[in-house]
Amino acid sequence: MAYVWIPSLLRDLTGGVSEMHVPGQTVDDLVSVLENQFPGLRSRLCEGSAIRPNIAVIIDGLRSKKGLRESVSDTSEVHFVPAISGGCSNRVPSNA
Amino acid sequence: MDSETLEQVASADISVENRHYKVIGSRPIRHDGPDKVTGRALFGADIRMNGLLYGKVLRSPHAHARIISIDVSRALALTGVKAVVTNADLPTLESVVSRVGEGSINWRYLSSNLLAGEKVLYHGHAIAAVSAVNPHVAEQAASLIDVEYEILSPVITVDQAMRPDASILLDELRTNELGARGSTPTNIASHDQFQRGDLDQGFSAASVIVEREFTTSTVHQGYIEPHNATAIWGTDGQITVWTSTQGGHDARRQIAEVLQLPVSRIKVIPMEIGGGFGGKIGIYLEPVAALLSLKSGNRPVQMTMSRFDVLAATGPTSGSVIRVKMGAAQDGQITAAQVSLAYAAGAYPGSPVGSAMSVILNPYRIANVQVDGYDVVTNTPRAAAYRAPGGTNAAFAAESVVDELANKLGIDPIDMRLINGIKEGDRRVDGPISRRVGYIETLERARSSPHYLSALSSPSSATCKVGRGVGSGWWGNWPGGTSSVSVVVNNDGTVNLIEGSTDIGGSRVAMAMMLAETLGIQASDIKPMVVDTDSVGYNDVTAGSRTTYSTGIAVHKAGLKIIHEMCERAAQLWNVDPGTIDYADGVLTSGTNHIGFKELARKIGDGDGNVVASVSISPNGEGVALATHIVDVEVDMETGKVQILRYTAIQDVGTAIHPAYVEGQLQGGVAQGIGWALNEEYVYDAQGHLLNGSLLDYRIPTALDLPMIETVLVEVPNTTHPFGVRGVGEVPIVPPAGAVANAIANATGLRMTILPMSPRHMLEAMWAQAK
Repeated sequence: MAYVWIPSLLRDLTGGVSEMHVPGQTVDDLVSVLENQFPGLRSRLCEGSAIRPNIAVIIDGLRSKKGLRESVSDTSEVHFVPAISGGCSNRVPSNA
Repeated sequence: MDSETLEQVASADISVENRHYKVIGSRPIRHDGPDKVTGRALFGADIRMNGLLYGKVLRSPHAHARIISIDVSRALALTGVKAVVTNADLPTLESVVSRVGEGSINWRYLSSNLLAGEKVLYHGHAIAAVSAVNPHVAEQAASLIDVEYEILSPVITVDQAMRPDASILLDELRTNELGARGSTPTNIASHDQFQRGDLDQGFSAASVIVEREFTTSTVHQGYIEPHNATAIWGTDGQITVWTSTQGGHDARRQIAEVLQLPVSRIKVIPMEIGGGFGGKIGIYLEPVAALLSLKSGNRPVQMTMSRFDVLAATGPTSGSVIRVKMGAAQDGQITAAQVSLAYAAGAYPGSPVGSAMSVILNPYRIANVQVDGYDVVTNTPRAAAYRAPGGTNAAFAAESVVDELANKLGIDPIDMRLINGIKEGDRRVDGPISRRVGYIETLERARSSPHYLSALSSPSSATCKVGRGVGSGWWGNWPGGTSSVSVVVNNDGTVNLIEGSTDIGGSRVAMAMMLAETLGIQASDIKPMVVDTDSVGYNDVTAGSRTTYSTGIAVHKAGLKIIHEMCERAAQLWNVDPGTIDYADGVLTSGTNHIGFKELARKIGDGDGNVVASVSISPNGEGVALATHIVDVEVDMETGKVQILRYTAIQDVGTAIHPAYVEGQLQGGVAQGIGWALNEEYVYDAQGHLLNGSLLDYRIPTALDLPMIETVLVEVPNTTHPFGVRGVGEVPIVPPAGAVANAIANATGLRMTILPMSPRHMLEAMWAQAK
């Protein structure tokens, strides 16, 4: 199961849980599992069928290019990180 | 040699573990150099064509006002005037945020920044534009446009904007806390947070705690070439734009969205660029020039900004208020840190506070930490990216506090950073585990450098004191984005390299060198060229220190394709299996047959199909950069003037493709960082009028202000790039303000908490300390 870090601003939905193992083969799977367990979480992370433009998914230290469609492995560590802004554009977070 | 084997062999030959480069690491003359130094290079304002009209912009005299009416009749009546455009000529856009290039953008805000809608939000905000037969008539006509305003009270600083009773800029704005939308009107566009560990426990474990608040001013990128655009809206509906931009395709996308046209209707021709530093990613003039062309009978329209326009209405990066509380144990270990950053976004949301949240503590391994970031709109120009956006002010705050902790603990400042410096496998403050980075190496090289081992020079007069400071910086390069290139082998053995990454800092020669290294030929045999958006696949902007990394990978892959095809052609020539051909150092060999790259190209000629290759990629490698700087200063205690005596920048650069241009990036970043540290600031009056809108009053450092900046290139190759490239252009601007502040503290005992550390602010701080 992938290891997901919950952003601190979403921990009001998780009862303070900050990290947890989540089953799934894609980021979308992980978000679905989290949504089932912590209703409202998907709408905070996603806009329609995509990750919000001001949020990036970091998997094993590398920025995901496919967002919800990105594959994860059992050993993956997943972060949802606020976008890094840069003027008119909000820069996507850097890799580790 | 089949393609799979070729890929393996070629990659092995040039892998970062097996570096026997022939071209990389040398210092050839850049291909665009002669044109640049002889004045033949063409910039946007050099464009001339039949029927060219000139456009000028009417800008707001107020920092915050509602537009009651706009009457353009007097302007249109002036002889020589062809057209006037206002926000009413732009399509109405929804407030939609889309990913563009390395980030995202709100199209409605972009449109309103081009030509103000209901409100003007800063002094210099564009309201209308005029086209006329010459610039003077256009300027006169702009002055004849009558605008009626309802003047509103402005908020200039983040402190003013965050007050509960502050004047609200954008009626619809609510604070976004990671998807949760606030319920009341506000100037705080967003609040983000990193939190890990137990702050109370961490601070309890500290022997020393330092808590400080820092204030930094708004500053501009200071590119010398003003923004410009020339556009033709053709009678066939096709739009052609010549402009100074960091990315032709990104500019095309923005123009298309603002005008609600398909991208296929627009061709952007990126001209040579006289500096960008992030400030030429966003568009300002291009759609306006196109609309003026449309309304002027499809004649071409050229717009160029004045220096005031540039300073008042483009760029700048955020002023900020940063609070840092940090504790350390007796052995120097940082036990906890709590940080709050409020960054001024200017008129529309989008300050670089997100990147600042990472930059501020990421050089360090800290178990108990909380970082809060606030994006705050103010009645100042919309913030744009500026070289490591948000990093300089963030590092100024954190590096000052780390230095103060080291002082209190009696630990050498470099040792303090070595004790806490992030290494491979450590968890970063912003969450992810750190991959291989060269931070410790920069600290070790700094500690053993001739500069750090030297004695401080004596003060030049009795009123002066000298001191030395150290500062570090982290920057998360953008190791991705899309890059597309095409390569063509000419029948004389030279190679055309067609790319779309605009060349700001010498990337053409770097690309040529990587292709030459791959092909085993000379860099001078490569002809790199940056072409328009119709002539090459999509390329993201030249920004985020991505181009040498990403476009470099594309170039390498294209080179491998060329080798594969050359082997095929040689196999036909010799009637052998391509798999028997060995390719090394530009020579193809099969048994007793051998032929050089150039000779084979001549034999292939043009009659049997060219050898060509195209590649489009979107890599996603590790790209973090770290640097450590050392600076000696002299402070005149009577005047408050700070003179830089000596400066050394040490940086993990991965692999330096062209060391001279890497060194130039370090020196340029340091020069800008010193300007930010000592001189540069936007000065506004209480009504929000910009008072220093010229380069006489907005003081960029000159060669007279700076010593030769020494550089030390530490090469810790990036394993995700075939040549070990790591972005180098941004992190050099991160440490300077902190390093200079620490040197001032070392010299005077005065801990500066405001940027710039100009004579005025230095004297005010001295007088306050003396009370």
